[in-house]
Amino acid sequence: MSETISTAAPESVAAAEDFRPLPKAMRLQDVAVSFSGKQAVRDVTFDVPEKRVTSLIGPSGSGKTTLLRALNRLHDLTKGATVEGTLLLGETDIYKGGIPPTLLRTRVGMVFQRPNPFPTMSIYDNVVSGLRFNGIRKRAVLQEAAESALLGAALWDRVKDRLKAHASTLSGGEQQRLCIARALAVEPEVLLMDEPTSALDPISTKRIEELIGELKDRVTIVIVTHNMQQAARVSDQCAFLLMGEDGAGHQVEVAATQKLFSEPDDPRTLDYIHGRFG
Amino acid sequence: MTDVLEQLPKDPILERRELVKAVSARTLRRRSLTSKGMVGLCALAFVLALVPLVAILYSLVSKGLHWWSREFFTTSPAVPSIGNPNNVGGFANAIVGTLVIIGLATLLAIPVGLLAGLLVAESDSRFARMLRSTAEIMTGLPSILLGIFAYTVLVIGGEKWGITFPTIGYSGIAGAFAIGVLMVPIIMKASEASLRSVPQVVKEAGLALGARRSVVARRIIVPTALPGLITSVLLAVSRGVGETAPLIWVVGASIYNPLTWNPHHPMSAIPMMIWLNYNSPYPGFQDSAWGIALFLVVVVLFLNLGCRLLAAFIQRERR
Repeated sequence: MSETISTAAPESVAAAEDFRPLPKAMRLQDVAVSFSGKQAVRDVTFDVPEKRVTSLIGPSGSGKTTLLRALNRLHDLTKGATVEGTLLLGETDIYKGGIPPTLLRTRVGMVFQRPNPFPTMSIYDNVVSGLRFNGIRKRAVLQEAAESALLGAALWDRVKDRLKAHASTLSGGEQQRLCIARALAVEPEVLLMDEPTSALDPISTKRIEELIGELKDRVTIVIVTHNMQQAARVSDQCAFLLMGEDGAGHQVEVAATQKLFSEPDDPRTLDYIHGRFG
Repeated sequence: MTDVLEQLPKDPILERRELVKAVSARTLRRRSLTSKGMVGLCALAFVLALVPLVAILYSLVSKGLHWWSREFFTTSPAVPSIGNPNNVGGFANAIVGTLVIIGLATLLAIPVGLLAGLLVAESDSRFARMLRSTAEIMTGLPSILLGIFAYTVLVIGGEKWGITFPTIGYSGIAGAFAIGVLMVPIIMKASEASLRSVPQVVKEAGLALGARRSVVARRIIVPTALPGLITSVLLAVSRGVGETAPLIWVVGASIYNPLTWNPHHPMSAIPMMIWLNYNSPYPGFQDSAWGIALFLVVVVLFLNLGCRLLAAFIQRERR
């Protein structure tokens, strides 16, 4: 279990981790996302260190979710959406590198705001659905993956005796962990989480937050959150976005979470984390 | 929990990641071919569905358009003769007849249909449930039965089932009654659907402010559902405009019904005119049915188009 949750800033910024030597799961260079020509987010440049948690924070309209959805091209589904700049997954440019979006999305998974298990499928079928969609049929592989993913999502003990039960028999928090297991089963390199606890009660929220800490060894996580305490608790690196005069969100500051929450470089970051606006 | 995770060998995860990558890349071609094939099938089905429509429009235009003239729309049917077999005049009596019959039918059907729609959308009482099933049966009722019904109670009238009905004879009123009864369940079902689509939370917000249900219905539910309500009425109108069978029973099935705005008289109607003309012994009448049919299709098309545009307009005004 993770240690007691603390939102207090660390005493020294020197304790903040230096991510520079770490391998990069993703790299964003001058990324801008537009809808029908109108920019929704622009000037985003940062690296996502491997096997760390990166949080995106900022007020409503700052483009956090938009940016997140650009990272696995879910965006392509929105009419008129375009992405500029360079977005690398490992060494591959995910927009210009010729990788089919369907293959990209097996490598960059997503967990949504509200638990969205497939309503007609059992717990087991939900977990292995990603593998089946991608053409994996071998039962042994599916079963092993299901167990591993459910263990990873801290749901195995709860559901191992009723894998054939409907997903709707689970509570909201359990459904969300099922969705995490479903995303994990294809073993993505990066897991995107879009305010994964905003529809959950505090206890379920705490379990998801603990889970995020445990999953770091397995997958790189990028999480959007409205809750700054949550960002402080779960993330190693934090990107602060803000809506500019032009109505487009842009990056204000990206730093180690400890540094961003104690000694941010930009005064606007300090104002935001102290609740002076937004 | 951490213990379990630590005991987990790390390799299976990496192995599985590689497996997913390999298999998904390998099966991608097959999967995207399947996907393209399915899209192709959908497109094919769409085209197939379009074929009859295009064929109908084509034959109507090619056979009917040459009949269109000012006289065709502004005069009543003439009397062809052997020397002048194409002297068929126009069908102005049917245009006026349809305007009057559909106008009256709509006036009758709107209040009944919308109020009943509101009831079945908002109430779960036994009566409301009965009404809903009745409406469902009514929409499936062959329209000719409504003609027989209106014929019995209004055209013949008199003493029936212990009730004395007025005897009004072949008339626009009887036609409007038959078409109106036909339109009610259509309006009811379509308006119910749009009234039900108003989110429960919005209704509850009104109730939580102390509003009575009637106030919530009038100030919140109906305005929110308005585009759908208008659509439901226009849907019923465009259905009513094309109805033939009930009218043949009750408005007087003659080509030479008078051109009149008075619904007490026998009246003609556009779809009935097509049928009557086609059944006439005169080739001129038979052929001019195409011209009338083309007009009817254009009217129904514009009704549907107008209804969509209106709903879209209201929707946009709200933004």
